[in-house]
Amino acid sequence: MELLVASAIGILTAGGLYLVLRLRTFPVILGVSLLTYAVNVFLFASGRLTVGAPPILQDGVTTYADPVPQALVLTAIVISFGMTAVVVMISLGAFLGSDDDHVDDQSDETTGTPS
Amino acid sequence: MSLFLIVALPFLGALLPGLMNSAGRSACAGVTFTVSLAAFVGLLTNLPSVLAGEVVVARVDWMPALGLNFTLMLDSLGFFFALLILGIGLLIIAYARNYLSRADNMGEFFTYLLLFQGAMVGIVLSDNILLLLVFWELTSLSSFLLIGFWKHLPEGRQGARMALTVTGMGGLSMIAGMLILGQIVGSYDLSVILQNRALIQADALYVPALVLILLGCFAKSAQFPFHFWLPHAMAAPTPVSAYLHSATMVKAGIFLMARMWPVLSGTPEWFVIVTTAGLITMVLGAVIALFKHDLKALLAFSTVSHLGLITMLLGTGTAFGAMAAVFHILNHATFKAALFMSAGIIDHGAHTRDIRRLGGLRKLMPVTFVIASLAALSMAGIPLLNGFLSKEMMLEETYATVLFGTPWLVPALATFGSIFSAAYCFRLIGHVFFGPVRDDYPATPHDPNPGLWLPPAILVVLVVVIGLAPFVAEPFVKLVTTSVLGDAATIPDAHFKIWHGLVPALYMSIIAVVGGLIMLVVFTPALRIWDRMPRPEAKEIFDKIVESTVKLTQAVMLPLHNGAFSRYTAIGTMTIFVAGFYAWATGTVGAPTRVAQAAGPVEIAGWLMLVAATAGMVLLHRNRLLSLVLIGIVGLMVSIGFVFFSAPDLAMTQFTVEVVTIILMLLALNFLPNTTPIESTVLRRTRDSAIAVMGGLATFALAYYYLLRDAKGVPISEFHLANAYKGGGGNNVVNVILVDFRGFDTYGEIIVLGIAALLIYALTEALLSGPVRARLLNRKPDQPRAGDTHPMMMVVLTRVIMPVVLIVGFYIFLRGHNEPGGGFIAGLIVSIAVVMQYMASGFVWTSARLRYPYHGVIGAGVLIAGFTGMGSWFFGKPFLTSDFTYVRIPPFEKFELATAALFDLGVFLAVLGAVMLSLESFSRLARRAHMEDSEHPMDIDPSRDDTQLDTPDTAKEGV
Repeated sequence: MELLVASAIGILTAGGLYLVLRLRTFPVILGVSLLTYAVNVFLFASGRLTVGAPPILQDGVTTYADPVPQALVLTAIVISFGMTAVVVMISLGAFLGSDDDHVDDQSDETTGTPS
Repeated sequence: MSLFLIVALPFLGALLPGLMNSAGRSACAGVTFTVSLAAFVGLLTNLPSVLAGEVVVARVDWMPALGLNFTLMLDSLGFFFALLILGIGLLIIAYARNYLSRADNMGEFFTYLLLFQGAMVGIVLSDNILLLLVFWELTSLSSFLLIGFWKHLPEGRQGARMALTVTGMGGLSMIAGMLILGQIVGSYDLSVILQNRALIQADALYVPALVLILLGCFAKSAQFPFHFWLPHAMAAPTPVSAYLHSATMVKAGIFLMARMWPVLSGTPEWFVIVTTAGLITMVLGAVIALFKHDLKALLAFSTVSHLGLITMLLGTGTAFGAMAAVFHILNHATFKAALFMSAGIIDHGAHTRDIRRLGGLRKLMPVTFVIASLAALSMAGIPLLNGFLSKEMMLEETYATVLFGTPWLVPALATFGSIFSAAYCFRLIGHVFFGPVRDDYPATPHDPNPGLWLPPAILVVLVVVIGLAPFVAEPFVKLVTTSVLGDAATIPDAHFKIWHGLVPALYMSIIAVVGGLIMLVVFTPALRIWDRMPRPEAKEIFDKIVESTVKLTQAVMLPLHNGAFSRYTAIGTMTIFVAGFYAWATGTVGAPTRVAQAAGPVEIAGWLMLVAATAGMVLLHRNRLLSLVLIGIVGLMVSIGFVFFSAPDLAMTQFTVEVVTIILMLLALNFLPNTTPIESTVLRRTRDSAIAVMGGLATFALAYYYLLRDAKGVPISEFHLANAYKGGGGNNVVNVILVDFRGFDTYGEIIVLGIAALLIYALTEALLSGPVRARLLNRKPDQPRAGDTHPMMMVVLTRVIMPVVLIVGFYIFLRGHNEPGGGFIAGLIVSIAVVMQYMASGFVWTSARLRYPYHGVIGAGVLIAGFTGMGSWFFGKPFLTSDFTYVRIPPFEKFELATAALFDLGVFLAVLGAVMLSLESFSRLARRAHMEDSEHPMDIDPSRDDTQLDTPDTAKEGV
């Protein structure tokens, strides 16, 4: 199971990195989202994997999953929504303003001089 | 009044002028004046203690570990400067009320002025040098705003930039010097530093510290070679020049030299550096001032010269020199501020400040003539005015000063400077006020209303009173001098007198005055020689230096930073990878301490789906809609993983966030191209794949490594599990951590979320008010629209389930403390319910039923959470201390009431508002694009007779 989770983190990271290195905004945003999953799962996994023991206190139960990474990741998920929304808005604004959704500065090729 | 309040008042008051702006110019100036007056009165309440020789101290530990404490101290030196700052500040505010025209934004001006005033008061009252540095930088920043107040003038902007560059660089060097000083003494408190003269001067780092601190002082007080910024700062409105550049800011460097005098002065290094710089500045400033035609430029250079004079006096290192310096600071502040204000009056009346175009004003502006002449004569050093007294003391001091082993050098140069000093004062009077009345003034000069001439007149009264009766000022000046001297020297017993007998200083004074008169007579030929002389232009040199620095920076930066985001990402990833690999390779790898858990077929199936979706995204990302579907699968699998690994709260959050994220992306995709073209070469894609695989392998290895090993120490989770119920009153430990143990984090996070949503709103507004709007309006949808965009089935369904979803949200919210749920999840669930209404019934219909704007919901959430946190203050507990109790209302069961629930309510509202504001902003873009909105929930409605007739009336643009 540890192998599955660790490899899932690795695969999400690899996919995210590849997409982040693309040249248009939309794949880059998707890549960042994939990286967000990877990072969140990574942080979550730092509490180690526990099956069937949610951190809800019950009488007579002594084994619980680590609650701290869960709390941190919970807010991270919500914040990442806010950040994704901002990035999407910025990229949308850039596209609507210039009819161009490249992530790289295009001025070098068009004008020949660095701006 | 507490010292804290005196410093805080101008800063707090700075909020008022902007608010009062719409109430009129007088109201605006009135609140500013009141704020300054309150601080001034507050300062005066401390006068008895200061007169008794006590040092008033106020202290709050801020960051004790860094040695940075909010410590304020009021001794007579600080009192003297604070009195100048606040007292002249009051006059300036009254003057500025009448000076600024209707076109100027008065609220903005007074806000800057109060910020500056607060920063200045902060400098002179700081007892901690780190705190002092904070205020020091604040004066640089606020003066930048003030100098550049007339943003439409290029000179104003350039002058402001130059002043900021020079004083800012000086500030940086001063920070370094102060840190060294603090290290030597082992304390950053001035009161401690001032006790350690021997220790500091014996230290090997004394000279570097001295040079660095002096650089800061010289830059601020416009000493050679930094003198050039001050005249360029004259592009500021005249009240600013009168305030900053005569009485206060330029004296900050002088103040610091006086403050540090007991520990830094008295060494040969101090003597040579400070005296030389002061002497050169004094002579240079005086000579240049004589040949300036702009009244304010003349005054600016004369200020430079007088600052040099004071610096030189401090440099001599004798007690008498220090006393003369203090006395001259007082005198200079009075006559120079009056002169600047007079220059402003002349500019106001005659619409020019060019001396060549003025003359004969004595008959046209008699009041101004009297004020300006008295002030200028004082500056020239004419007896019976205060400038004479301190100038005479200065000359006396130079007579006893031997620089570079040459006894005549200092007195000769000082006399030479004084000749020019007297000459420009005589020129000011002679060429502006005397001479024939002309008929070619740009405007007819006339005396202004008393609002403009009263402030300088009050200062001139002081000039005359001190000049006639020096014994009035003597006790105070001596008191201030005692705190300048500290333990380093004793106060000289010399008395302030108009007549000292036939001493050398008198002859030097006479030479200066006579010489000045002669210079005035031969001014025209002298000017011709001056104009023919090659002179370095400071501004050109400065601009060249800035330009070459920019070129150098560009040469270094542009090859690295060429605007290619994908390149930075690649470089960044590689750097992280290499650093991680180095850590991995050099660290030790222990044996696994945990046993891997077995995985069943269901888990493997879930993993396969996740991997397949991720792989699909990479391979098919050019089809954007498809990749959006695939990322939904990834999110779903991650949520299921959270369920499986005992994190129900996370699963619910992830799941709901997934829904709103996908909706958001769909809204964006509506405008973006639907496919990504193939642009990168095969080589590049291979490179990217290699980087991605490397990064993936690294995170895999890291995750796999620690999943099989236990934590080194005891995890803090133990504490949280043990105390969640006892301390937080909840069984759901994750929720208790969020709203209680780490409530402050959560508070910060909802604020960030709110800011993000507001940012999206602002960006949308910017887009809709710019050229993009037309493009959106003319845009044709690139895909066929649905014939019935708001089908009745969907409208009915969403409306039926709306209350159900709300109840679910309410339930999830309430049970959050003990069972999976809470404010975050409830907020997301409710926002999905609302979004469904938008989707089903349309934007206009839903917006019309919206009672509270989403901004307000965010604000209410943050405020509720904040006030809940503050509530604990009333019980003497720190911010966000939670409490809970059990209540039983018959016939219900016993239930729990926790303040944390109130905090969670704030979280709920903030999340709801933020999500809704973001999505709403996106859909507003869409709405403008194709305006087929209807205020009816359904496009086709059998109960409406004619749908077509309704549409034109209701399809109005806007929100």
